[in-house]
Amino acid sequence: MKRKVFAYPYIVWMVLFIAVPMLFIFYYAFNVDGSFSFSKFWATLSDPEKWRVLWVSIEIAFGTTVFCLLLGYPVAYILSNMRRSVAGFISVLFFVPMWMNFVLRTYAWQAILEYAIPNLLGWADKTLTGSVGSVMMVLVYNFIPFMVMPLYNSLSKIDKSLIEASGDLGANKRMTFFKVVLPLSVPGIVSGITMVFIPAITAFTVPALIGNGNYNLYGNEIEMAFKQAAGSSGAADYSVGSTLSIILLLCVFISTAIMNRFDKDHEEGGNLL
Amino acid sequence: MKRLKGSFKYVYLALMLVFLYLPILYLIVFSFNDFSSGRRTSYANLGLWKGFTLANYSNLFSGEAGSALLLTIEIAIISSIVATVIGTAAAIGINAMRKRTRSLILNISQLPMVNPDLVTGITFMMLFAFVNGILAKSGIARVSDIVKLLIAHISFSIPYVIFSVMPRLKQSSSMLYEAALDLGCSPMQAMWRVVIPDIMPGITSGFIMALTMSLDDFVVSYFVSDLRSTLSVYIYSAARGAKGVNPALATIIFIPLVTLLLIVNLRRISKEREDEIQNKKVKMKG
Repeated sequence: MKRKVFAYPYIVWMVLFIAVPMLFIFYYAFNVDGSFSFSKFWATLSDPEKWRVLWVSIEIAFGTTVFCLLLGYPVAYILSNMRRSVAGFISVLFFVPMWMNFVLRTYAWQAILEYAIPNLLGWADKTLTGSVGSVMMVLVYNFIPFMVMPLYNSLSKIDKSLIEASGDLGANKRMTFFKVVLPLSVPGIVSGITMVFIPAITAFTVPALIGNGNYNLYGNEIEMAFKQAAGSSGAADYSVGSTLSIILLLCVFISTAIMNRFDKDHEEGGNLL
Repeated sequence: MKRLKGSFKYVYLALMLVFLYLPILYLIVFSFNDFSSGRRTSYANLGLWKGFTLANYSNLFSGEAGSALLLTIEIAIISSIVATVIGTAAAIGINAMRKRTRSLILNISQLPMVNPDLVTGITFMMLFAFVNGILAKSGIARVSDIVKLLIAHISFSIPYVIFSVMPRLKQSSSMLYEAALDLGCSPMQAMWRVVIPDIMPGITSGFIMALTMSLDDFVVSYFVSDLRSTLSVYIYSAARGAKGVNPALATIIFIPLVTLLLIVNLRRISKEREDEIQNKKVKMKG
């Protein structure tokens, strides 16, 4: 018996439950009354509202990513410069909340923003939920560990003798940081961005719980399209949701391609050193 | 000046930790709050302290929350065991393939990990709707929520198992397997007695990954199940409803989690510290 055989159950499973389900997206997007047609696809795409939501989502996801990077980089940098045993302990403290049910954590923020802070400040009929700022803050809260983790990994891999060499060659601390540490941490930055940006576009829980429905993101559009289709009587029409999903997959594809390119460019540049 | 800079670092880290733990601590504090108003209990106004009580803990598992927690644990344990078995076998098989096929399959295996879980969720939703449509016509029973949840959770967990076992397999030599065969083992015996024990750490970490992925999942379960909800799905619908979520849930999830993670990591950290001291001694001698 060849050992290859052991992989066959997995391959069958993958075809049945990964490949075939993916085909349904394309089936429903291009199937009109049993025949192939673009008509429903174009009908969904010509709705300007969908494009507006996509654009708002990209903006909010971009803002979330920038805040995660700005707030997370110092954390990773400080941790990477500590003694390893101390850094190990503190980094565990940073990643513990990530393991806790994220819907529950989002719910906690809803309670804090809607009741606790207004009660504390004595606002009679004003809440902090339902604003872009609060949606973005909770998104940053949920995704910042995913930024810190790859940053910490790549920063702690940097050879300390390079930093010493830079100091010996006359660079001050700031120059060393911008010319040595920052460029060497680019792989960490890139994987941090990919781990935050796409999940932030598709996050529909946070806008639903924190945004009070005022700030629907692209994930909410897809979620609503599918839940409505499933809830309607008669045969469910998944065409709108499927079309939106195809656009989402395109976004994922484009952003991963851009990110891969950054990573490779950097590695080639690094080899020249 | 230098000392000031040093303490600034710790202040920043402390502030970030406060930001990360604030909502969790908030729920834990309010889990002791008295929410009863008249005979009914509503967790909706989570911002007003009305007095200390343990009542939230005693009625934590009555009703939907309890069955949701039970279902979550059931699904997590069964799906991660199945995913570990299929994934480990797959890793062994893939590792024995030619390089071309191997890298092709590994690349495809990464797809479900890159795919947003929203897309994974909706594709499963459409698959099961389709299958149930066919079954309804032929008059056989529909696929139940438990089966749907299991299939979905196994599917998104398998790649994590494969990618935890794979590095371990690469480290160990394929000669071991062949030596076991030469020494008279049947292929099955060689597998059980030699290969599996050798890659056990990888299998364990794959199993733990699968377990946490399943316990943590919200999005896929939300789209897959119709009638029965896992804990995350229950929390989401309760949070959107008028009644709110019992904050005592936070305590009973958080305390075991922290203890477990701290035990596992403190052991690792104390080992690292020993290594550090050892290294220093070696350096001093040198």
